[in-house]
Amino acid sequence: MSSFLQDYTLRMVLGGVLALGIFSGALGSFAVLRRQSLLGDALSHAALPGIVLAFLLSGSRATGVLLLGAAIAGWLGTLAIRAMVRGRLTREDSALGIVLSVFFGLGLVLLTWAQRLPGAGKAGLDKFLFGQAATLVRSDVLLMCAIALPSLLLLVLFWKELKLLTFDAAYARALGLPVERVEALLTLLLVLAIVIGLQTVGVVLMSAMLIAPAAAARQWTDRLSRMVALAALAGALSGAGGVLLSSSAPRWPTGPAIVLCASLLVVASLLFAPHRGILWSWLRFRRNRRRLDEDLVLYHMLQMAQHHAGRLDHPHARRVIQSMTPRADVRPVLHSLEQAGWVRRREGDSWSLTSDGAERALSHRAERERPPS
Amino acid sequence: MNTHEIPALQVDDLTVAYRERPVLWDVDLRVPQGVLMAVVGPNGAGKTTLLKSVMGLVKPLAGRIQIHDRPAREQRRITAYVPQRNSVDWDFPTSVLDLVLMGTYGALGWFRRPGEAERERARGALRRVGLEDLEGRQISQLSGGQQQRAFLARALVQEAQIHFMDEPFQGVDATTERTIVELLKELRAAGKTVIVVHHDLQTVADYFDWVTLLNVRLIASGPVAEVFDEERLRLTYGGRLAFAATGGGSVAAQPVFGRLAPDEERKGS
Ligand SMILES: Nc1ncnc2c1ncn2[C@@H]1O[C@H](COP(=O)(O)OP(=O)(O)OP(=O)(O)O)[C@@H](O)[C@H]1O
Ligand SMILES: [Mg+2]
Repeated sequence: MSSFLQDYTLRMVLGGVLALGIFSGALGSFAVLRRQSLLGDALSHAALPGIVLAFLLSGSRATGVLLLGAAIAGWLGTLAIRAMVRGRLTREDSALGIVLSVFFGLGLVLLTWAQRLPGAGKAGLDKFLFGQAATLVRSDVLLMCAIALPSLLLLVLFWKELKLLTFDAAYARALGLPVERVEALLTLLLVLAIVIGLQTVGVVLMSAMLIAPAAAARQWTDRLSRMVALAALAGALSGAGGVLLSSSAPRWPTGPAIVLCASLLVVASLLFAPHRGILWSWLRFRRNRRRLDEDLVLYHMLQMAQHHAGRLDHPHARRVIQSMTPRADVRPVLHSLEQAGWVRRREGDSWSLTSDGAERALSHRAERERPPS
Repeated sequence: MNTHEIPALQVDDLTVAYRERPVLWDVDLRVPQGVLMAVVGPNGAGKTTLLKSVMGLVKPLAGRIQIHDRPAREQRRITAYVPQRNSVDWDFPTSVLDLVLMGTYGALGWFRRPGEAERERARGALRRVGLEDLEGRQISQLSGGQQQRAFLARALVQEAQIHFMDEPFQGVDATTERTIVELLKELRAAGKTVIVVHHDLQTVADYFDWVTLLNVRLIASGPVAEVFDEERLRLTYGGRLAFAATGGGSVAAQPVFGRLAPDEERKGS
């Protein structure tokens, strides 16, 4: 492990993916809650022509220059989407689709063309398609941090405005908040989150880094602040997990490995998160149904016992009890009632209420027969 | 002090269109301070649009909107808005108290977070709507009536002078309706102006002292006793009302109205 951390490339890659995971997880939470998952996808694809044009115009392949081009193209993409929606040309989802395909198509054409230029092959522009974490150097990581840290600070400073905009934009406007400007800030942060992931994860998979950590985090909490923090954590974990995966199985590209880890987190969260998780719901459903069956069996046993001159501990054959409860197999129900001390097993396969059980059944019956208030 | 001569709300020549055809046409309205006013009219009459224009949520083609004698957009601090309940995603990760605290964001200004003082006020508002026991609950776990009351509490903490509410009685039971009506009357008693989009014609005279009848154009606006009569209602709703007048001919006599066909949408252009 220590030799792992001493490796320069790995250290750089790890630093880069952590910055990326934290920032995209936090920002992605807002995108997911505003139902703008597609926006992230459109904007990351829209960044490609910006990268290529920046290279063509400047002749430089410095990461800063290329990412600036990506940011400008992403921003133009948002303007194009806004213009189409405002001008009532199309609905928002079509506008997103149009920007995604037009910008990305243009980007691919430019990329193919640029790579045929002499000397351009070494610029490694195609790494922005699927990302190539191994190309991260110290200055790249510093640049990523220099973008991510101030952005996170802005997120904290404008927290309540961003939260209100996300929950109820109309009310925010009615309160007199400059909604357009807050919205512009949020979009800018989203574009920046995309930009810093391009070199590592690439334009094609970047939107997964926005959506997956946020979707996973949403399962675990009902508070926005915790969701954003958990999404940042999930982003960081995915990043670290992806780096580990790809370094232990060389040939695995880091970007897809990171996205794979993030997706695993989503699946695990959907299954296992308390309250909202599928497993939890299933267990709760079973528990409720079992409790219902128990009460039903107690109730029937009470009814039958009272037919026997009110002797509450009168034993009943299991088959009789079963015949009154066709919905469920009463054997496991009787066993758990026995464990709770509410029924007792008598000779043969017959059962009777204990005094505790009779008391419980009586109070339940009173509740059942009371008219709703 | 003659503050009561300054109208709470004054609307001049307001025309709003989403497409070509105006949904509000040349509306002039003058609402005095301290009244509890119902805005009634058929579906698609432009009631929500009127409220949204006042709150700056839609841009009118023409017209002037003033609150307490100043342009409405300069009066956000004293204006509170209760939107229709279904206008937000109730699965948003936040608690009831947090939702109510949003009402304090306008007065807080940039960079400041709600503190203990704001939290106390939010709790007070929750008590007034009877939700004090649910402050920690996630908002998706509220019933429809509770959501409506949470929205009301959010408007209450704004401590506004004038309140605009879009169908606060929509889908609430009789008990909740009484709670809300009591609250509206309390607001009026405290000198506030309350303007409510309302659909139940039978309760207008009971709950409100002022009424605006709207159907794209303004039909009438004034004290319920003076303008809320059969003829004007016929003008507002067209021939779609079944009247069964009770009492003998006095102006204030309350007509009993048949139910409107629900969701009878006006044909859009
Ligand atoms: N965003 C919009 N775009 C286009 N048309 C709209 C929009 N919102 C409302 N309209 C139209 O404007 C008209 C007035 O709508 P509005 O919501 O103000 O009516 P309302 O009186 O509140 O009706 P309801 O009683 O059904 O709530 C309707 O014909 C409606 O179809
Ligand atoms: Mg409406």
